[in-house]
Amino acid sequence: MTEQAERQTLTPEQYVEAQNSPEFTELRRRFRRFAFPMTVVFLSWYLLYVLLSTYASDFMSQELFGNVNVGIVLGLLQFVSTFLITTLYVRHANKNTDPIADKIRDDMEGRHDA
Amino acid sequence: MPERAILAVEADATVGEPLVNISIFLAFVVVTLYITFRASRNNKTAADYYAAGRTITGSQNGLAIAGDYLSAASFLGIAGAIAVYGYDGFLFSIGFLVAWLVALLLVAELLRNTGKYTMADVLAFRMRQGPVRTAAAVSTLVVSLFYLLAQMAGAGGLVALLLGVSGRGAEAAVVVVVGGLMIVYVLVGGMRGTTWVQIIKASLLMVGALIMVVWVLAKFGFNLSSLFGSAAESSAAAATPRDVLAPGAQYGATALSQFDFVSLGLALVLGTAGLPHVLMRFYTVPTAKDARKSVVWAIWLIGVFYLFSLILGYGAGALVGADTILASPGAVNSAAPLLAFELGGTALLGIISAVAFATILAVVAGLTITASASFAHDIYASVIKKGVKTDTSGVDEVKVARITAVVIGAVAIVLGILALQAGLNIAFLVALAFAIAASANLPTILYTLFWRNFTTQGAVWSIYGGLIVCVGLIIFSPVVSGAPVNPATGVSPSIFKDVDFGWFPLNNPGIVSIPVSFFLGWLGTKLSKERPNVEKYGELEVRSLTGVGAEKAIYH
Repeated sequence: MTEQAERQTLTPEQYVEAQNSPEFTELRRRFRRFAFPMTVVFLSWYLLYVLLSTYASDFMSQELFGNVNVGIVLGLLQFVSTFLITTLYVRHANKNTDPIADKIRDDMEGRHDA
Repeated sequence: MPERAILAVEADATVGEPLVNISIFLAFVVVTLYITFRASRNNKTAADYYAAGRTITGSQNGLAIAGDYLSAASFLGIAGAIAVYGYDGFLFSIGFLVAWLVALLLVAELLRNTGKYTMADVLAFRMRQGPVRTAAAVSTLVVSLFYLLAQMAGAGGLVALLLGVSGRGAEAAVVVVVGGLMIVYVLVGGMRGTTWVQIIKASLLMVGALIMVVWVLAKFGFNLSSLFGSAAESSAAAATPRDVLAPGAQYGATALSQFDFVSLGLALVLGTAGLPHVLMRFYTVPTAKDARKSVVWAIWLIGVFYLFSLILGYGAGALVGADTILASPGAVNSAAPLLAFELGGTALLGIISAVAFATILAVVAGLTITASASFAHDIYASVIKKGVKTDTSGVDEVKVARITAVVIGAVAIVLGILALQAGLNIAFLVALAFAIAASANLPTILYTLFWRNFTTQGAVWSIYGGLIVCVGLIIFSPVVSGAPVNPATGVSPSIFKDVDFGWFPLNNPGIVSIPVSFFLGWLGTKLSKERPNVEKYGELEVRSLTGVGAEKAIYH
């Protein structure tokens, strides 16, 4: 019930006002600055890997050490890059976006104790 | 894609001791039912039933997501594909994993902040409710049903094999039992019960896989290179020799099959963030930050599991051999159970089989609750009742959801029996579900969250357009009719073997249907007569990024 009450206290004008505030503009910029380029990076890297596996079979079959070939190594690097991007994103969110988001939320919901 | 489904169970083809397998299954069922009944005591409101009261922690939800995501196709299908086709099977798992970054960076937190119970809550947020909710619910039902079908067919074949029952009647009976159990979990436990079934299953799966991985590695002196070498030797000596370390054993045959693989790769990486049953899990945690934490947990668990699969797959290739795997009743999908039997005999096989069974139960329960929630919340409560609440706690809506769950369970049982008897391939059906999710759902999710001028017409065109183009192309693809006869088996892998009405050359339509859906969303918006609702977009954007007004957890 309290959730309902909280939401009704905010008018569409308040949201639009918040949306146009410099604080929120900064939050959006920080969020997008990380998420959008990183999406381009990991999708390109994944597609490159898929295309190499599909169309450059000879290159991918070259053995690097023992029976481990380029394809397996690049495949394992996909795991590494996924884990790495995950970690970087969490760090970015904790440091750069969460504090602003928390402040805006507390201001709008009228709670200053949190 | 494995060539045969888990169907075609021959009589007397059981491995291991059915009695052991049955007792381990029963133990799992008893434990999960007990937990489900306990969990049901706290099911009072719609938020309890659909979203477990939003009290699941980030790490618990991460486990549950892994439990939901590592379906029979992932667990049995990928290990089997690696065992037989090697590298090409490995590629599958990479697509499934990288896809989680889309969910992490662009979808999970924003969705948690703005929605309530279903995917449609977010898609319809700033649009006209009726048309967008209906479209989103229709695509939720189609994707979930495809996925459900795959799991039910898999359950019938696999469990029939492991329990030592055979014949069409017995397989059908197994599907009925699985369907019945799933209905009980969902009806009684709601999202809370379903979540716990998934958590238990994911833990069992990780532990079971870890034991096998260590065992396999120990056999090769903890030397990856010698494991790979042994797998390569074994498959070079098989009836159909394949180079399992190089790409292309499965997809490299022709230019067309190569292009088909690129299409599949695209569907895999873009499908996850559009799967309604995955999205719904984000509502079970208290805040967006917990949603983030759950995806991080899920990525680590799923990633580690796929690394395990690589070892298990090559291990099965080396120790069991592709010929034995393909000749067994479950074909490709039986690689993991056969490896378990090879390593640890009846006991380990029993445990791995129980895990496989648990997998199917957990996934079908998650799918059923998603589909029923979407019907009750999106179509019944919002479109038919026009959002007029007769009671505030949503008890009425939950009643409809429960009835829907029974109906969906019944439909899934019937379709599952049909799919099982038609010999449909489970990993394949799942890949198609990913293609539909990527085509019908993902473009609208992204436009809704990030494009200010997106309109109702754009959303409706993109959802229905993506859905129709994707399903339409599947109908006219070699999956349904006209695939050439496989020289090894002597039959065509198509569903309809005697007619040929196919004209679309690819098995997976993603590379066509996903761009078409993005284009239709843009075109529909540009041709819209109505102006986008800028105020509502303001609210959506502020809420999605800050969590203002987000649904709160309900602690009893």
